[in-house]
Amino acid sequence: MNDVHVKDGVDSETVEAVKALSGTYKYGWNTEIEMEYAPKGLSEDIVRLISEKNNEPEWMLDWRLQAYKRWLELKEPNWAMVDYPSIDFQDQYYYARPKSMVEKPKSLDDVDPKLLETYKKLGIPLKEQALLAGVEAPDGERKVAVDAVFDSVSVGTTFQAELKKAGVIFCSFSEAVKDYPELVKKYLGTVVPVSDNYYATLNSAVFSDGSFIYIPKGVRCPMELSTYFRINAENTGQFERTLIIADEGSYVSYLEGCTAPKRDVAQLHAAVVELVLLDDAEIKYSTVQNWYPGDESGKGGIYNFVTKRADCRGDRSKVMWTQVETGSAVTWKYPSCVLRGNDSQGEFYSIAIANNMQQADTGTKMVHLGKNTKSRIVSKGISAGKAQNTYRGLVSMHPKAKNSRNFTQCDSLLIGDKCGAHTVPYIEVKNNSSRVEHEATTSKVDDDQLFYCRSRGMGEEDAVALVVNGFCKEVLQALPMEFAMEAQQLVAISLEGSVG
Amino acid sequence: MLEIKNLHVQLEEEDKKILKGVNLSLEAGKVHAIMGPNGSGKSTLSYVLSGKKGYEVTAGSAHLEGNDLLAMAPEERAAAGLFLAFQYPVEIPGVGNMTFLRSAVNSQQKLRGEPEMTAGDFLKAVRAKAQNLKIEPDMLKRPVNVGFSGGEKKRNEILQMAMLQPKMCILDETDSGLDVDAMKLVSQGVNALRDNKRTFLVITHYQRLLDHIKPDIVHIMAAGKIITSGGPELALEVEKNGYADLLEETA
Ligand SMILES: Nc1ncnc2c1ncn2[C@@H]1O[C@H](COP(=O)(O)OP(=O)(O)OP(=O)(O)O)[C@@H](O)[C@H]1O
Ligand SMILES: [Mg+2]
Repeated sequence: MNDVHVKDGVDSETVEAVKALSGTYKYGWNTEIEMEYAPKGLSEDIVRLISEKNNEPEWMLDWRLQAYKRWLELKEPNWAMVDYPSIDFQDQYYYARPKSMVEKPKSLDDVDPKLLETYKKLGIPLKEQALLAGVEAPDGERKVAVDAVFDSVSVGTTFQAELKKAGVIFCSFSEAVKDYPELVKKYLGTVVPVSDNYYATLNSAVFSDGSFIYIPKGVRCPMELSTYFRINAENTGQFERTLIIADEGSYVSYLEGCTAPKRDVAQLHAAVVELVLLDDAEIKYSTVQNWYPGDESGKGGIYNFVTKRADCRGDRSKVMWTQVETGSAVTWKYPSCVLRGNDSQGEFYSIAIANNMQQADTGTKMVHLGKNTKSRIVSKGISAGKAQNTYRGLVSMHPKAKNSRNFTQCDSLLIGDKCGAHTVPYIEVKNNSSRVEHEATTSKVDDDQLFYCRSRGMGEEDAVALVVNGFCKEVLQALPMEFAMEAQQLVAISLEGSVG
Repeated sequence: MLEIKNLHVQLEEEDKKILKGVNLSLEAGKVHAIMGPNGSGKSTLSYVLSGKKGYEVTAGSAHLEGNDLLAMAPEERAAAGLFLAFQYPVEIPGVGNMTFLRSAVNSQQKLRGEPEMTAGDFLKAVRAKAQNLKIEPDMLKRPVNVGFSGGEKKRNEILQMAMLQPKMCILDETDSGLDVDAMKLVSQGVNALRDNKRTFLVITHYQRLLDHIKPDIVHIMAAGKIITSGGPELALEVEKNGYADLLEETA
C-alpha cells in the first residue's frame, strides 16, 4: 500500500469491505454467556450493591450515594433536538457481569474463552501483539494497549507491564479505585462535577467500570491506549467512567470504540469522561461510536447520553477530540474543552452520521478562560433517510481570556429530502481582544458528482461513499491511521440504502 | 462499435424535445467528429449515451457492440467500454484524484470479473501517463478537479481515459480552454490510444483540434439531428463559411 493511496479519501479496500458486508449493522450479534445481574431498577440499595460488587472503599460509596440523592431531585433535560419515549429508569438493569468474571481473572490467559472470542470477532485483539489486523505499520511495529469493557465490567487490559515500565498507569476504573485511591480522589469529579447534568449525576451514582489512565511528568506514552466498550446484556444500561490525567509535559493518544447487539428495546448508555491536562500536556482522544442504531423503522438502538470534558488546567496544554458518530438511535453528546491555562488549545473534529430514524444532537463547548487560548471546531454532519442531525456548539470567551481565538467550520450534507440538518451556535465574547469566526454550509449530495463517479464505473452506493468520505476528509485525517480506515468503512456502511 | 438509430430524447421534467431522430454508425477503429451550432444537442447525445438522469428516450436505440446501452446503468456502460470526457468535468472536494482513478479502475475490473491491478502496477501506470500529459504529481494528490484550471481539467479527463482504456471514447469539447501546447499534448494522448479497434467520437467547434486528431468522418448536427456527413473537408468548410449554407441546404 502506498502513501498517496492511504491518505486520500475512500479507497478500494473500503469499497470492498462495504460490499462484503452487504448486511447493515455488522456487530449486531450477541454472545451467549451466563450473566449475573443486580435486581432490576434503581434504588439506594442498587447503588450500594454496585459499590460492593466492585469491593469499593467507603469514600467511593459515599460519593455515589451523594450523587444518587442529588439525581433524585433532578429532571430529565429536554432542550436537545431529539425525541424519544421517556425512559423508565426502574425497568432496566444497572449491573450485569459475566459469571466468569466474579473472580477477577489473574491474567488474560485466564479470561473466559467466550469473552476472548467475542473481542476476536469484533476485531479487537486482546493479545499483546503488534495490532489491528490488516493495517500495515508504516514505521515499524505499532502497538495499541486495550482495556476491554463488557457490559458492567472490564474484562482485561493488555500491555500493562510494558506500560508500567514507562510509569504509565492504564487499568480499569475499579482497579484504580483500589490501587491508586489518592489519584482518583484528587481528580474524580473535578472536571465533570457530580451535579453537572442529569445523566452525569446518574452516572456518578451507578457507574460500574471504565478506564483509568495516568501519564507521569514528561512521559510520552509509548503506545496508543484504547478502550473497547461492548454492551451485550439485554435491558441493561452501560454506565462507564473514564478518567485520564496527563501530568506536566506528557502526551497520550487514546482511542475508544463501541458496539452493541441488535435488540428491539432501546438501551441506555450514559458515560462520563474526564480529562485533566497539566502544564504542557497533550491528549488526543478519538472515538468511533458505532452503537446499534436501531432498525429502519426506529425500533431499538442505543440512547447515547454522554458527558465528555477536558480541563486544560496547565499553561500551554492541548487537547484534541476527534469523533466519528455513526451509531446509536439517539445521540446527545458535546465533548468540551475548558481552556483554563494560558496559551492552552482545544480542538474538536467531528463526523456525525444519521441515517433512517436516527437522531443526533452533538457538538462541543469551548470555554476560554486563560489568555491567548485557541480553539478550533470542524464539524461534518451527514443526514440521510428520515434522520435529524443537529450541531450544537458553544464558544465562550471570558473577560480574562484576552487575545483568544476560535474558528468554527460547520458543514452539513443532506442525502435525500426527508432528512434534516440544524446548526445551533451559541457565541459569547466578553472581552474585546478575542476573535470568533464561524462558517457554516449546508449542501446536498450532488447528482452531477454521483453521475461523474458512475460514468467512470463506480456503483451508486460506492459513489455516495466516495463523495461523503471526501466531505469528511478533514476529520478523517485527524484520526490515527487504524481508526481512519475503520471510519471510512463505517461511513460507507452507515449510509447503505440511503440512495436509489 | 456504436449504433445509434432514430434516437429521440426529451427532458424528463418539461416537455422539451432535444434529440429528434439521431442516426449514427461508428465502426471499430474509426474517428468520427461531430460539429454543430451551440444548443444543437451534442452534449445531450453524449449524456444520454452515458446514462445521465433527467432525459427520456421516447424512440430509437443505441447499441455498443450489440449490447443495448439504454438498458444499462451508467457504471455498466463504463465497464462495457464507454467513456465520456466531459465538457464540464465535475469537482469532488476531499477525494484525491489518485483515489478516484484507482476506484474507477478497480470498479470496472470488478464489474468485468477481471483481477484487480496491484497498487504498484497502478501507481506506475498513472505516473507514466500523467507525465506524458504533463500533469504534475501534485495534481494527482489534489481533490478531483477542485481548483484545476480549465485546461488542467481537460487533461485530467484524458488521463482518466488513458487509465481506463475504453473501447468507445466520446470527447465533448475537450479542446475548449486548452492553450496551443496543451492541445498538442491532449491530441498526442488521444492519438496514442488510436488503434484498429478503438473508436472515437470527437465533439468540437474548431478545425484546429481536427488538425491534430484527423477524423475519418465528420457529421454536422443541428436542432437535434445529424443533417449531413462527409470527410475531413466538411470541417474545413464549416471553419470557412460557418453553418448558414449547410443549414439552408438541408432546410
Ligand atoms: N437539463 C436541461 N434543462 C433545460 N434545457 C436543457 C437541459 N439539457 C439540455 N437542454 C437544452 O437542450 C439544448 C441542447 O443542449 P446541449 O448541451 O446538448 O447542446 P450542445 O450542442 O452541446 O451545445 P454547445 O455547443 O453549446 O455545447 C439546449 O437548448 C439546452 O439549453
Ligand atoms: Mg455541449
